[in-house]
Amino acid sequence: MNISLLSVVGYLVAIAALVGLNAVILVWLERKVAGHMQFRLGPMEVGPHGILQTLADGIKLVSKQLVIPDEADKPLFLLAPIVSLVPIFAAMVPLPFSETVQAWELNIGLLLIIALGLLNTLGILLAGWGSNNKYALLGGARAVAQILAYKIPLLICVMTIIMMTGSFSLRDIAIAQKDTWNVLYQPILFIVYIITVTLETNRSPFDFSEAESELVAGFHTEYSGMGFSLFFLAEYSYMFIAAGLATVLFLGGWHGPWLPGVAWTLIKIYSIIFLMMWFRWTFPRVRIDQMLSFGWKILLPLSLINFIITAGVLAL
Amino acid sequence: MNRPIQPTYTLDKVGEENFALNLGPQHPGTHGVLRVVLHMDGEYILQADPVLGYGHRMQEKIAENMTYPQALPYVCRMDYLGALSYNLAWVLAVEKLCQFEVPERAEAIRVIATELNRISSHLLWWGAFLLDLGGFTPFLQALTDRERILDILEEVTGSRLTYCYFRFGGLPSDVDEAWLTRVLDFIKEFRDRLPRYHDLVTGNVIFHHRSKDVGVILPFDAAGYGLSGPILRGSGINFDVRKHEPYSGYDRYDFEVPVDQNGDCLGRYNVRMAEIEQSLRIIEQAISAIPEGPVRSKVPKLIKAPEGEVAVAVETPRGQLVIYIVSEGGKKPYRVKYRVPSFANLSIFAKMAKGQLLADALAILGSLDMVIPEVDR
Amino acid sequence: MMECCYIKEVVKGFFSLCTGMRVTMGNVFTRPATVQWPRESAPLPDRFRGHIMMLADDATGYPKCIACTSCARNCPSQCIIVTGKKPEGAKKKMADRFELDFTKCSLCGLCVEICPVGALDFSRDYALASYTRNDFTTMDLLQELGSPF
Repeated sequence: MNISLLSVVGYLVAIAALVGLNAVILVWLERKVAGHMQFRLGPMEVGPHGILQTLADGIKLVSKQLVIPDEADKPLFLLAPIVSLVPIFAAMVPLPFSETVQAWELNIGLLLIIALGLLNTLGILLAGWGSNNKYALLGGARAVAQILAYKIPLLICVMTIIMMTGSFSLRDIAIAQKDTWNVLYQPILFIVYIITVTLETNRSPFDFSEAESELVAGFHTEYSGMGFSLFFLAEYSYMFIAAGLATVLFLGGWHGPWLPGVAWTLIKIYSIIFLMMWFRWTFPRVRIDQMLSFGWKILLPLSLINFIITAGVLAL
Repeated sequence: MNRPIQPTYTLDKVGEENFALNLGPQHPGTHGVLRVVLHMDGEYILQADPVLGYGHRMQEKIAENMTYPQALPYVCRMDYLGALSYNLAWVLAVEKLCQFEVPERAEAIRVIATELNRISSHLLWWGAFLLDLGGFTPFLQALTDRERILDILEEVTGSRLTYCYFRFGGLPSDVDEAWLTRVLDFIKEFRDRLPRYHDLVTGNVIFHHRSKDVGVILPFDAAGYGLSGPILRGSGINFDVRKHEPYSGYDRYDFEVPVDQNGDCLGRYNVRMAEIEQSLRIIEQAISAIPEGPVRSKVPKLIKAPEGEVAVAVETPRGQLVIYIVSEGGKKPYRVKYRVPSFANLSIFAKMAKGQLLADALAILGSLDMVIPEVDR
Repeated sequence: MMECCYIKEVVKGFFSLCTGMRVTMGNVFTRPATVQWPRESAPLPDRFRGHIMMLADDATGYPKCIACTSCARNCPSQCIIVTGKKPEGAKKKMADRFELDFTKCSLCGLCVEICPVGALDFSRDYALASYTRNDFTTMDLLQELGSPF
């Protein structure tokens, strides 16, 4: 494959624009969804229906002073938001938006995204450790404990799909679903996947590392201004990637009637993100030990049984 | 899944991993300026020491330096969520001390207003408890309905939170038919909306797991620590001042005292939810049987209490409030003592939090329904 | 048997979550309960308790206050200062100074209730704001009324 420097820069700019725009839209959408689910309207002042509110907030956050606590581990403290954010640029690369719109077709794209998803936790752990704050530390420790619950069911989910398609390439997986989406074959797996990515992206009801009523703000207790907004950006970008992966794995990628492929992909991605927001504004938080037992006692058996049945059906 | 959760470690384990965590005074989970020093082993709590007094305002001393009517607005500032109960307690105490008569219509309106206030307090607790458990939408759902109660109460009392509506010998102003129909309309609408509360939270499996068998208070402890209100009833002890020492004509109404035998957070939750329904019943009965007549009896403008002492108990949304006044005659009381429910209810927190997870401790704190200015007073 | 119960519980839990989600989705299609302040504002009830204001005598336009100082004496927070004197040729005293320290006032309304001539009432001002607190430590309630002095 022939990659020129120009195209790499082009992809980077495009992905950066996508990450930024996505966060602006998602923060606004989240506040709107929250508002309407709580008999409110959400932001209404900046721009029509408050669409520019995130931009205004972003400018405010960026212009704020960077506060570093005296006792904090300064390099780690500054590194943490970056560690959280940077992998996104790589994880966006193999994500196909349509048959032609894709940064780079990798034959192990799926593996790359799953692996890079783990780096988010590293960012959280660094933030928790570097802040030198007990609440932040508890948040960081919880984030690590959380991996135990979701990573294995998530991988088994992904393995099942790989087994069905016979390829690690996201593009191949999407193409294989031209006629029937995987969600029709694997509805339970889809539910398991949605739950595990909700866990992976630290979203309520599994927002243990943030846990407002318990840990004040969890791992980002000490962050303000730019650091805080980077974490925010990372959170929403991970949501986008998780939803994009769900789209490709289960909802047939860009396939759909009438509309162009990119539009279908975006519609599917944002529908799944809406679903995750819907969870957040409905459920109370699960307790951390309950989450672990939920992961091991329900998610893992479910996905394993599914895996075995699928293998059996495929072998026949 | 009915076994209580037992932490699998011993409390006397001391290691380098233990640390002290300051929960509060500015923590979203403590609902006010309560500080709890937690000695933690990881996520488990070894010991919890509540530190009180951040909101101490010398309420008792203030009342001793004021004439009886002047102390009225101060009393309502203690428990700002159940202000009318406090208002009622002070008024009842002075009325008992000076032997003022209260017209029946005034008593009925007092009951209606106080019960509305109780519902609004329980609604806010419902939302705040779920906020402690991490659900945000219930909070605003409860506030939406609470707001209507506040509107209704604002129409007669003129304020939305720290009501000061009752006066010695009755009420400063009567209510009209339109207000009573408004209350009835609210009750009807609210009854329609109550299933939503249960759909959103009571049946929710996550909520169930978070609250069942968490923070169990045995009846023996509940009585021993002097708990009262929904917490006592949630532990299976049937005691409600409204029923057992009726005041303000509560004996005229037919209502039940909800009791739950479990003593856990879910039990306290169920008691409060049932209490909301009982309060609705009381209001309906009070409105349907409201007598005509004046709302204020003849009371001297300058109140001089006779020598003596008086104690009055009132069931506030949080439990039993006792106001004790010693008078040596004259315009001011000699000694005032408030026995506030939240203070006694908080006393058991240290015992309950021991050995629990941090998340559970906050659920327990939420289920105790603290109003910190009332604790500190 | 145990497994059966376990699976039943999981399914039941799953449906309880769906019920909760149905409620929040229902909320989306309910009319919002909020008011977009300051573009619109919630109606004030008749008995709204704002800061107190002095009423004017309809005939003369002078303040109704007779400077009996019972409001000042009854105030729990001692936030009212009233002085008065007799205008020339009049029989009754009239207030020449009526100041409210609004920073101390708790809006209890005892002064309005106690006033023997009904000279005080609650204003409907609810959005008071200023850059200095001095604007509220001495609010001159007689300012906008006529004066015989």
